[in-house]
Amino acid sequence: MRHFLRAVALLLASPLLAGAQDQPHVFAGRVIPIAGPEIPNGVVVIERGKIVAVGPEGTTKVPSGAIRHDLSGKVLMPGLVDTHSHIGDVAGADASAPIQPDVRVIDAINLRHAGFQKAQAGGLTTVNIMPGSGHLLSGQTLYVKLREGKVSLEDLVVTDANGMTGGIKMANGTNSRRKAPFPGTRAKSAALVREQFVKAQEYRKKIKDSAGDTKKAPARDLGLEALVEVLDGKRVVHHHTHRHDDVLTVLRLSKEFGFRVVIHHVSDAWMVADQIAAAKVPCSIIFVDSPGGKLETLDLSWKNGAALEKAGALVGIHTDDYITDSRLFLRSAGLAVRAGMSREKALEAVTLAGARMLSLDQRVGSLEAGKDADLVVLSGDPLSYKTHVLETWVEGLKVFDRGDPKDRLYATGGYGASHDQSPFAHLDGDEEEGR
Amino acid sequence: MKRLIAGLILLSPAGASAQVAVRGEIVHTMAGAPLKDGVVLVKDGKIEAIGPASSVTIPAGYRTLAAKVVTPGLVDARGTVGFSGVANQPHDQDQLETSAAIQPELRAFDAYNPADRLVGWVRGFGITTIHTGHGPGALVSGQTLIVKTRGRDVEADILVPFAMVAATLGDGARSREEGKAPGTRAKAIALLRAELIKAQEYSKKLEAGAKPPADDKEKDKSKDPERSLKLEALVRVLKGEVPVLVSVHRAQDILTALRLRDEFQFKLVLEGAAEAYVVKDQIKKAGVPVIVHPTMYRSSGERENLSMETASVLKKAGIPVAIESGFEAYVPKTRVVLFEAAVAAANGLSFDEALAAITIDAARLLGIEKRVGSLEKGKDGDLALYDGDPFEYTSHCTGVVIQGEVMSETAN
Repeated sequence: MRHFLRAVALLLASPLLAGAQDQPHVFAGRVIPIAGPEIPNGVVVIERGKIVAVGPEGTTKVPSGAIRHDLSGKVLMPGLVDTHSHIGDVAGADASAPIQPDVRVIDAINLRHAGFQKAQAGGLTTVNIMPGSGHLLSGQTLYVKLREGKVSLEDLVVTDANGMTGGIKMANGTNSRRKAPFPGTRAKSAALVREQFVKAQEYRKKIKDSAGDTKKAPARDLGLEALVEVLDGKRVVHHHTHRHDDVLTVLRLSKEFGFRVVIHHVSDAWMVADQIAAAKVPCSIIFVDSPGGKLETLDLSWKNGAALEKAGALVGIHTDDYITDSRLFLRSAGLAVRAGMSREKALEAVTLAGARMLSLDQRVGSLEAGKDADLVVLSGDPLSYKTHVLETWVEGLKVFDRGDPKDRLYATGGYGASHDQSPFAHLDGDEEEGR
Repeated sequence: MKRLIAGLILLSPAGASAQVAVRGEIVHTMAGAPLKDGVVLVKDGKIEAIGPASSVTIPAGYRTLAAKVVTPGLVDARGTVGFSGVANQPHDQDQLETSAAIQPELRAFDAYNPADRLVGWVRGFGITTIHTGHGPGALVSGQTLIVKTRGRDVEADILVPFAMVAATLGDGARSREEGKAPGTRAKAIALLRAELIKAQEYSKKLEAGAKPPADDKEKDKSKDPERSLKLEALVRVLKGEVPVLVSVHRAQDILTALRLRDEFQFKLVLEGAAEAYVVKDQIKKAGVPVIVHPTMYRSSGERENLSMETASVLKKAGIPVAIESGFEAYVPKTRVVLFEAAVAAANGLSFDEALAAITIDAARLLGIEKRVGSLEKGKDGDLALYDGDPFEYTSHCTGVVIQGEVMSETAN
């Protein structure tokens, strides 16, 4: 079905695709809407790629002719939102400079990387694909929906509430400390960043002063243009940081230049949770199975989720795929609960909180009427090791079905499951071709 | 070596252990059906009695711990904890020496750091025994040992000082230096065969020299070959005293390992084995056990075809399997077999099979089943306590006992 739809979508484009989405569907089972309490016997109604109703079975209006999906014993929740991933074999900036805001990951993603299918198999539907952390600023990130029928990256892109299709990736601490022209110390790292933002402030002023007169306007500078978007609060900074002092440095720079920031990983969050909460800076944290691996993560604690929740910060969780596997994203929420985070906040951390960090919460992150029909069907409780993702839907189309052997291969792994080149469906439209 | 073992025996009868009773709503003994409301008594470091609470009375003066679920202390079939340290800096990485391709003489207990934080980290989830040592990344990287995770000095914690010889086949065996052998798969095997043949000849010379002269005079030591630490280690391999642990992923390299074993008749244990399911019939026929890669391992490079279902597929084929933490070069610096077994239990293994893969089956594979891996009278008093299904992400390990010593009681 999925492959048929993909072929149809690819060959004939939107009219028929829209047709497939037109048909209303009703999913009936245990519903975890995130936006409200769990509904033991609930329904989610979708139509034309959007959610039209969520509520208890019986009292929620279901359009006649809706295709019914009986999910008794199963669980329905919103598609997962991953605020930090490297799927697509992505690379951003090169070794020529520590700050490269002109670099865009959309120009560097392998769309046929198996990471996309594996992310769908993990129930992910919205992903922020980022360049790495080996630079103070490694480039512009890309927000994607894991839609089926993708032909080009443009087919996946999603625009946030500020009109942006991504944020910008920054990092401090040890990863970006390297041989010149990279900084050698933490203070130098901050100085280089400040210097660049000051330049961007001046550039922005010149543009403003030119008042639309192209003769007076400064020459175009791709990097400074992106930083002006950051200064204007349109493009959010996704900031890699681990150690407590580095976290505070990010808060300080954010305050000085007035940029919006989401801090990522935040291994020492438990030490500075109050400062993070007071600065109202959202935290996207990671759960890896042991501390260390480098000096600045020696004090990584699974209690970060609980500590930040208690302090009142907005908490998200990310995969950092390949650091953790997209197929096991829900496991991270389980570990957060193990270490004291509430179940509600942990589930929100892999859905709505992430959506808010990407300014996409008007479209994704919860099961609410009017939002995109992005949902996951689970075989059981989202936090249990026994649970599998059975189906993933994006905008009203099924993009993963564990019952389909080809999809199942991506879920479990196996021969060919990690091959970088998935079928050239857009060239021959044939689901039987080899890979 | 003998002196080391003798030292161990003197130290051994449970340093700080008092008499301990552990009561569990469910006790997975891994020797028969689980006990409901079971009690395990540990005296002088050994299990003194085990049975239902109705028939085992806790003697006065025993420190009593209680938990919902009790299992044997978990056994990590293969890791590098204590060698690849938590900080991942040059000063704490002792799992790989790259100065030569074949170095079976590198003893594990000369390098094991029992105080590394990761030893305590894995212990906190119930792992009480680890098979650890030299890692993958050289054709023959060195020896491994089996040790308890008490985190004291190696001699106090050791079970088997020379457990296996760690070898790597495939890309991992390639030299990192251009022009330095081995640069190819075929060259690696040629080097290994040459070294094993040398060891065969060395062994013959030793045996010839060891024969008592007919005239009842003192043995002529001058006929012994010059001592070679490397060949001495390989002779132990050839005699079947010490298995070769081959880290290998691709099917073709697994078959190469079987071919080598057939030629030299050593005991072989396959480790990692991402594509083992492709050649499971050959592995089964050869009677070789497999320590399967961590279930959540990354599928990069030679591991691209790995599957979360491999442990299950091999188990169903009748191949002895255990689950390992393996080796990680970066993050997480160590995996935790409890979690790897949990994901295996969601991918084809039953709960019992998955728990066996990190307890009794791992112990059997390592040849230490007389001491650990199940809760039976006379075995070491190693236990792990949980407040629910040990595999659930949201459960906690609430206690760890090693040889009767309560190592921790905090929920983890």
